[in-house]
This record gives sequence, C-alpha cells and structure tokens, in this order.
Amino acid sequence: MTDRPIDPDVDLHVPAQRAEVSGGVLAVIAVGGALGALARYGVQTVMPAGPADFPWATFWVNVPGCLLIGVLMVVITEVRRAHRLVRPFLGVGVLGGYTTFSTYTDGVRQAVEAGAPVTGLVYLVGTPLAALAAVVVGMWLTRRIAGVTRAWAK
Amino acid sequence: MTVLLIVLGAAAGAPLRYLMDRAVQARHDTVFPWGTLTVNVAGSALLGFLAALPAGDGVMALAGTGFCGALTTYSTFGYETVRLVEEGARFHAVTNALASVLAGLGAAYCGVALAQAVA
Repeated sequence: MTDRPIDPDVDLHVPAQRAEVSGGVLAVIAVGGALGALARYGVQTVMPAGPADFPWATFWVNVPGCLLIGVLMVVITEVRRAHRLVRPFLGVGVLGGYTTFSTYTDGVRQAVEAGAPVTGLVYLVGTPLAALAAVVVGMWLTRRIAGVTRAWAK
Repeated sequence: MTVLLIVLGAAAGAPLRYLMDRAVQARHDTVFPWGTLTVNVAGSALLGFLAALPAGDGVMALAGTGFCGALTTYSTFGYETVRLVEEGARFHAVTNALASVLAGLGAAYCGVALAQAVA
C-alpha cells in the first residue's frame, strides 16, 4: 500500500488527514460544495431532459467531474505539495458538489418508470464505465504532462 | 430563490459527506471505501423518497439538487475505484463499483417505496 490516499475526500490512513478537521476545513468544503452544485444546476438547466430521455446533463456532469478529480489528485499527491485547503475545497467541495450519485440513480429509476428501460439500463451501465475511464484518462494525462514516472500499476 | 436553496442545501451536504466518511472510516479500518458507499446509498434513498412524494420545487432545490446532490459524489467513487486497481486490490475495486451502483439503485427504490407508504 502506498502513502497516497484511496478515498480523495478523506482517508484516515493518511496521517495529516486524521487531524485536519476544523471549522476552516468544513467552511471551504461548504463553499466549494455550493459552487459545484450551482455549476451542476447550470448544466442541468441548459440541457433539460424528460424522464424517458437519456439524462445527458447528469452524464456530462459526472464524467468530466471524474476526469478532473483524476487530474487534481495526481497534481496534489504526486506532482507538488498543495496548500492544506486545496483538497478540501476543490476535491471534497467543488468536485464532490458538482458530481452526484443520487441524481444518477434517480435518473435510472425515472427512465424505467417512464417506460424506457433500455435507456435506463444503458445509462446505468454506461455512466460508471465512462466515469472510470475518465478518471484513468485524467490521471494518465496529468502524469504524462507532469513527467511523473511513478508506475501505473504496482 | 432556487439558486439560494441549492447553495444552502449543498453547503450542508458536502461537509456532511466529509464528516460521515470520517466517522465510517474511524470505525472500519479497511481500504474498502465504506464511507463513500454509505453517503451515496443514503443520498440515493433520500432523493428517491423526495422524488416519489413528490416534493415541491423549493424542497427539491434545497434537499434534492442541493443537499442530496452534494452529499453524494461520483468523482470520489470513480477515483477511489481506480486507486484500488492501482494498489492491486482489484476485487475491492470491482466490488465497490458493483455494490455502489446496485445498492444506490436499490436505495432509491426503497426511498420511493417509503414515500408511497407514507403519502
């Protein structure tokens, strides 16, 4: 097991994160979360969809959000030491608030209930596949650009 | 008004995700991301409940788009699943992906059933 976190929100295996809870950390998470949620709402407003349609807005929130968490975490855990509030603000707050699991599961349910089970199934399976691929691409690109030589798989 | 409600809901949901994740991890010393799974399942259940009531526009903005949206996360789920693969914990990674999707969806339907029972 390496010293890099598994859980980007908070990983108690990382000594510095065990003691990081403070009003300041919670405040930047709250502000970041609000900004991320507003951005998500913005995307959903410009890409409205009916219950039987493929939920493209949420798809285009979650997949790029996954790419960005891959970029962010490689930068702050492998490329350079970041300020202690960068991960809480950008990772836990902005990207955590921007992406959403509940709207994803609700989108599957809505499609099925609206009589479009195939759409629901494609969305159910397609989102995690695209999201995981996006994380991999984000991490790989960032390592390439930053010249990180860490092996991909240990 | 909608924007303000979303801001308020998300400003509560995101820190609660962080605190719940910490609380779960403090009780389970494992690499499996139980904390994130917990918030995603809980948020999916609550949103299913709200959507099936159905709750009004204001409540949906505050508790649905804002609170549930920020309480749950896809980016954290995605990153930790890939990191598990990197660390050689492939079984954990596959289990996390399948369990998150299936438990989240199951929780959403439980929320719907609860709403139908009380409505």
